[in-house]
Amino acid sequence: MSTRLFVSRDAAALAVGADEVADAVAGAAAAAGAPVEIVRTGSRGMLWLEPLLELEIAGVRYGFGPLEPADVADLAAAGLFDTPLAGLLAHPKSLGPVEKIDFFARQTRLTFARCGVIDPLSIADYQATGGFKGLTRALSLTREAIVDEVMTSGVRGRGGAGFPTGIKWKTVLATNADQKYIVCNADEGDSGTFADRMLMEGDPFTLIEGMTIAGIAVGATKGYIYVRSEYPHAIATLKSAIAIGRRDGVLGGSIQGSAYSFDLEVRTGAGAYVCGEETSLLESLEGKRGIVRAKPPLPAHKGLFGKPTIINNVLTLAAIPFILSEGGPAYANYGMGRSRGTMPIQLAGNIKHGGLFETAFGITLGELVETIGGGTASGRPLRAVQVGGPLGAYWPTTLFDTPFDYEAFAARDGLIGHGGIVVFDDTVNMAVQARFGFEFCAIESCGKCTPCRIGSTRGVEAIDKIIAGDKPAQQLALVMDLCETMKFGSLCALGGLAPYPVVSSITHFPEDFR
Amino acid sequence: MVDPADITNTTLAIAADYENRPDALIEILHRVQARVGHVPELVVQTLANALNLSRAEVHGVVTFYHDFKREPHGRHVLKMCRAEACQSMGGNALVKSVEARLGIACGETTADGNVTLEPVYCLGLCATSPSAMLDDKLHGRLTKARMDALLTAVGA
Repeated sequence: MSTRLFVSRDAAALAVGADEVADAVAGAAAAAGAPVEIVRTGSRGMLWLEPLLELEIAGVRYGFGPLEPADVADLAAAGLFDTPLAGLLAHPKSLGPVEKIDFFARQTRLTFARCGVIDPLSIADYQATGGFKGLTRALSLTREAIVDEVMTSGVRGRGGAGFPTGIKWKTVLATNADQKYIVCNADEGDSGTFADRMLMEGDPFTLIEGMTIAGIAVGATKGYIYVRSEYPHAIATLKSAIAIGRRDGVLGGSIQGSAYSFDLEVRTGAGAYVCGEETSLLESLEGKRGIVRAKPPLPAHKGLFGKPTIINNVLTLAAIPFILSEGGPAYANYGMGRSRGTMPIQLAGNIKHGGLFETAFGITLGELVETIGGGTASGRPLRAVQVGGPLGAYWPTTLFDTPFDYEAFAARDGLIGHGGIVVFDDTVNMAVQARFGFEFCAIESCGKCTPCRIGSTRGVEAIDKIIAGDKPAQQLALVMDLCETMKFGSLCALGGLAPYPVVSSITHFPEDFR
Repeated sequence: MVDPADITNTTLAIAADYENRPDALIEILHRVQARVGHVPELVVQTLANALNLSRAEVHGVVTFYHDFKREPHGRHVLKMCRAEACQSMGGNALVKSVEARLGIACGETTADGNVTLEPVYCLGLCATSPSAMLDDKLHGRLTKARMDALLTAVGA
């Protein structure tokens, strides 16, 4: 039997040379005359260890990384293809059993259970690891019972808004229409986030299964996945998975032999951050400028092409198969307060152990950044972390006791957003970061409402004056006033949340604004 | 592609693949730009007729989205991430060094038409920052030395 080896094909692994490592392994195996099978998986999410090579021995996967192609010859000499394990495990790049690595072992992987483990485009692998169990159970339930499971799970919109998913679904179920749609928001534009991308590249069938269950639950026969154009690998993987799904009867007419039909289409964004806002995304899906719509009407009543639409983030929909297969209470069992279940948290930026860490809500910010993330990559003192993307607040280390929970973050004037945490060391200038907060809003504003369109530009000008030392106290008062207007006067979250990074910088790091 | 007849025919063929549906406008524009290299005025006019939209509507879409370019770009396109995770790992200094080497600012094309330098706001490679995309290939954990080597490899 050939030796099974695993190398990630996740975009982040490719960006640091995973293809080159896989090629080197194939080359070394051929030279050694060793029969090997190299499986290209998603990423385990331990991105500081990529490119990571895994070797399977008696059902246990041993890791080696981070590798350079040049390391492969060395590993081969140490016994990679003839597995005298002792010598191999003494290799300096040996990490031992991958699932015993602390970063991995401490997680609760419900949504990312298969990511990094299986071949993302193998339906056989998917089924062998519990895939389609949720769908099968959904097919045995009434529509109301499916929606009830989602309600009971307590899952909330993982895109950032945190709206209870069950209520959204219930509204669409209760709305009569000749056509309904399921839309997946995969316009993951926040810096510091990559969980959607990893899931789409590493386990696309989980998303497809979640969307199919949503379709069955509310009576929608068509779904769209709107993926940002910056994610070409995710787009390619999804398109392949959908084609495979149609071929194998997972998508299309009569799902698993039932009376239900459901089909999916991937649509590519075009570089507009605001299209992550749900109504703007719907406009874009209709082929128009991504201009925000006023609400009401809610998308659940009048969404895509004016029809009732469930629009959920990738992570929300990807949580659904677990909720249906194990039951809503099993999911709700994890978490704290009104934040139920798990959150795939992304540790990013200047961090030693960066990657994806899925865990139940309730873990503190400090534990995440310092214990699990290991502090800064630069080794310098940590000064600030931004949580929740470009519209999220900057946090000082004095607030590291804040638990990762929607309400706890809101109580301290922040948000968890899509779960991205970007770490900065002490070289950061918070006035520059606040300026970028405004600048980004100005670049990406759709232009429909004045507070966002004009406010962001005026904000950049005022902060430039502060940095230049031109009446800073006066300008600071102006900035705070502007933020108040943007927060309460903007039509959507882009202008409404843009004050968060600015105000938090001024509040927690006032010394940078004098 | 420079011949107007070629551009028109290519555009119409791609639109026909989508049954001239107006909701597919963005998909159509992506494919046209991939073939033509940019979205010239001729494409705007052709698509307006084919999809039964006004020229203003098509123009509005082309100019709203950062991906669509009204002018031809260089033979190579280097997209450098300017967002926070890359900033935290020295991304801004890296961009400055590339601007200095190429003699252009972000958003411009070198005089010899070799390289276009574009900002991008997040490639989703935030734990392997700073990152960039040169043509179709992603690069993470970039240093000035690695970036210089990439630019040398494309003759810039």
